[in-house]
Amino acid sequence: MSIVRYTLRRALTSVPVLIGATALTFGLVHLAPGDPIDVLVGFDHVDPATRASLRAEYNLDRPLWQQYLLWVRDVATLEFGESPITGRDVGPTVAGRLPHTIALGVSAWLLSLAIGIPAGIVAAVDDGGPADEVSRIGALVGIATPNFWLGLVLLFVFGVQLGWVRVTPPDAPLASLEMAWFMVLPTITLATALAAVVTRLMRSSMRRELEREYVRGARARGLRERTVLLKHALRNSLTAVVTVAGLQIALLLDGAVVVEQVFSWPGMGQLLVESISRRDFPVVQAVVLLIAVATIVANLLVDLAYAVIDPRIRHDR
Amino acid sequence: MTDREPTTRRGRIRIEGFDEHATATNTDHVQSNRSDLDAVSDRRDELDRRTTVDRLPTGGRSTRGGRNLDSGVGNKTGLEASWGRFRSNRTALFGLAIVAALSVLALFARPLEFSAMGYTLTVQPFSLAPYDPSELYVGPSNAGPSLAHPFGTDWAGRDLFSRVLVGGRYSLSIGALAVTLALCIGIPLGAIAGYFGGWIDETIMRLVDTLYAFPFLVLAIAIVAILGPGYWNLIVALVVTGWLTYARLLRGEVLSIVETDYVEASKALGTPHRTIIGRHVVPNAIGPVIVQATLNVGSVVLAAAALGFLGLGLEAGTAEWGTMLARGRSSLLQGHWHVTVFPGMAIFLFVLAINLVGDGVTDALDPRRETGRRDR
Repeated sequence: MSIVRYTLRRALTSVPVLIGATALTFGLVHLAPGDPIDVLVGFDHVDPATRASLRAEYNLDRPLWQQYLLWVRDVATLEFGESPITGRDVGPTVAGRLPHTIALGVSAWLLSLAIGIPAGIVAAVDDGGPADEVSRIGALVGIATPNFWLGLVLLFVFGVQLGWVRVTPPDAPLASLEMAWFMVLPTITLATALAAVVTRLMRSSMRRELEREYVRGARARGLRERTVLLKHALRNSLTAVVTVAGLQIALLLDGAVVVEQVFSWPGMGQLLVESISRRDFPVVQAVVLLIAVATIVANLLVDLAYAVIDPRIRHDR
Repeated sequence: MTDREPTTRRGRIRIEGFDEHATATNTDHVQSNRSDLDAVSDRRDELDRRTTVDRLPTGGRSTRGGRNLDSGVGNKTGLEASWGRFRSNRTALFGLAIVAALSVLALFARPLEFSAMGYTLTVQPFSLAPYDPSELYVGPSNAGPSLAHPFGTDWAGRDLFSRVLVGGRYSLSIGALAVTLALCIGIPLGAIAGYFGGWIDETIMRLVDTLYAFPFLVLAIAIVAILGPGYWNLIVALVVTGWLTYARLLRGEVLSIVETDYVEASKALGTPHRTIIGRHVVPNAIGPVIVQATLNVGSVVLAAAALGFLGLGLEAGTAEWGTMLARGRSSLLQGHWHVTVFPGMAIFLFVLAINLVGDGVTDALDPRRETGRRDR
C-alpha cells in the first residue's frame, strides 16, 4: 500500500472518532442534571429575559441535532462564544492558556526522553545486573509516586525551605529567564512518571534488538560495541518509543492538569479545574474538546510517522 | 552414477534413528516440566522476544490476538503453574504483604457498623485509630508529629494518623470496585464485539475509540464535573474511563479464538452463542485482561487520589488520601509538611505495592508480556 493510500485510510478512521468526540463534548451540558440554562449560568437566579436570550444564543430552542450541528459549525471556526459566568470570550481565554501548557508539556516530554532513553539502554545492556535492577526500582517508584504529591514536596523543599524558587509563577513573559527557572520544578514533576514508562519501554525494545541476528553479525564483523549499540540497535529500538507517543501525550495532558494546579501554572489544566469549580461549562467544553482533538490528531500523526519509519505496518491493516 | 538404487526409493522417506517410544517419553517430560522453574526461564526469554508493538494502542483497530492460547489460564495445571511462579516471586509477595497489611489496617481502623431500623449491627468492633477521623480539634491545629498524634494534626485539629488509617478504606475500595465494575462492562462488550464482528463490532469499537480520544484523567474530570463529587460518582467516572482497555484487549484475543476448530465445532453442534462465548471463548481469552486489570488498580487509585486533590473526588473534608492533600498546598506553604507528607506516603506505598503484585501476576499468567509497560 502506498503511503498516500495508507494516509487516507488512516485519516478516514479518525472521522467517526472526531464526530463522537465532538458529540460527547457537546453533550456535556445536556448530560448534566438540570435545565441546560441553569447549568450554563451555574444555577444562579437570572431574570426571564436573560434566560430567553441565552436560550436563543445557545440555540436551545431548536431540536438537539440542530443544536449539535450549529455548535460544530461555530466550533469549527473557533467561535466558542462568551462565557455566561465571566462574560469573557471563551476562545481567547483558552488560547491565552495554551502556550503555557505546550511549553510545560514539551519540556517535560524532552526531559523524560533525556532520562528514559539512556536509562533504558543502560538497563538493557546490563541485563539482570545492578544497573538494570536500579532502573527497574527507579521506574517502579516513578510510576507509583503521585505527581501532585511529588510537586508539593519539591515545592516545599526548594521553594519554602531552601528558597531557591518562587512558590508562584513570576509575573513575566513565558519566554523569559525567570519563567524558565520557575518551570524547572513543574517540568521535573511532570516528567517523572513518563520517564519511568519510557525507561521500561526502551529497555525491553533494546533487549529485543540486541538478540537479533544483525547485532551478532555486527559484533562478528568486529565493530566496536559502542557502534553496535548506538548505531545499529538503538535506531531500531527507538521506533518502539515513537509508537507510544500517543500514550505519552495522554500521560502528559493528564499530568499537566494536576501539576498546573500544584504550581499555579496558568495553563489549560488549571483553566479546566477552575472552570469546573466555577461551573463555567462553555470553557470546560472548549478545553475538553481541544484536548480531545489534539489527542486524535497526535495519534494520527504518530501512526503516519510509524508507517514511514516501518513500511511493514502499511500492509498490516 | 548408473546405480538404480536411489530411484527405486524415491517417494519413500525413512527417518533413520527415530525412536518413537523415546521421543514420546521425552515430549511428555518436557510438557510436565512446563510447570517447573525451567519453564519460568523459558518464558522469560520469550518475554523479551515478544514484539511490544502489536499490543500498543493506536488510533485504529488495535491488538490482534492469537499468541496467548497457551498462556496457562483456563486449565488447572496452568493455574497451578502460575501460582507457583507467583509464589517464587519475592518482590510480588512483598507487595502482596503490604497490600494485605494496609487492608487490615484500614479495615480495623474504626469499628464497622451498619444501622437500620433502630438496630445497630457491629461487624467489626476493633478500633486501631486513636481518634475519630472526622472529629474536629482533638488536638491543636497544624501540630507536628508527637506521641499523642504520630502524624500530627491538620488545620482543623483532626488527628492525621487516624485519618490516614481510615483513608485506606476509600482508596482500597475505590481501586477494587472501579476495576471490577470496569471488567464487568469491558469483558462482555469486548467478547461480543470480537465474537459477532460486523456492525456490532464496529459500533462497540467506534465507541471505544471515541472515549479513547480523551485522556483518562481529563475524561474522568469531565464526568465528575457533570455528576458532581461523591463516592459513587467517582466510581462511575473511573469505570466509564476504565472499561475501554479491557474491551479492546479482550476483543483482540477473541478474534483469534473465534477462528479455532473447537469454536467452529461448537457452532456446528448448534451450541448457543451465549454458551460458546461463556464456556470457550472468554476463558481462553481472559489472561491478558486479568493482567491488565491488576496493573490498572494502581493507576485507578492514583487517578482517584488526583481527583481528590483537585477537589473533584469526594466531598471536601473526607478522610480520603487525595482529598486530604487538597488543602495540602496552603498548609505546605505555611511550613506544615506533615499534612502533605503522610497521606502522600500512604498513596505511594499502596500504589507501589499494587504495582509489585501486578508485575508478579503479569509474570505468572503471561510471562511473555513485558512488565512495567501498561496501556493507560
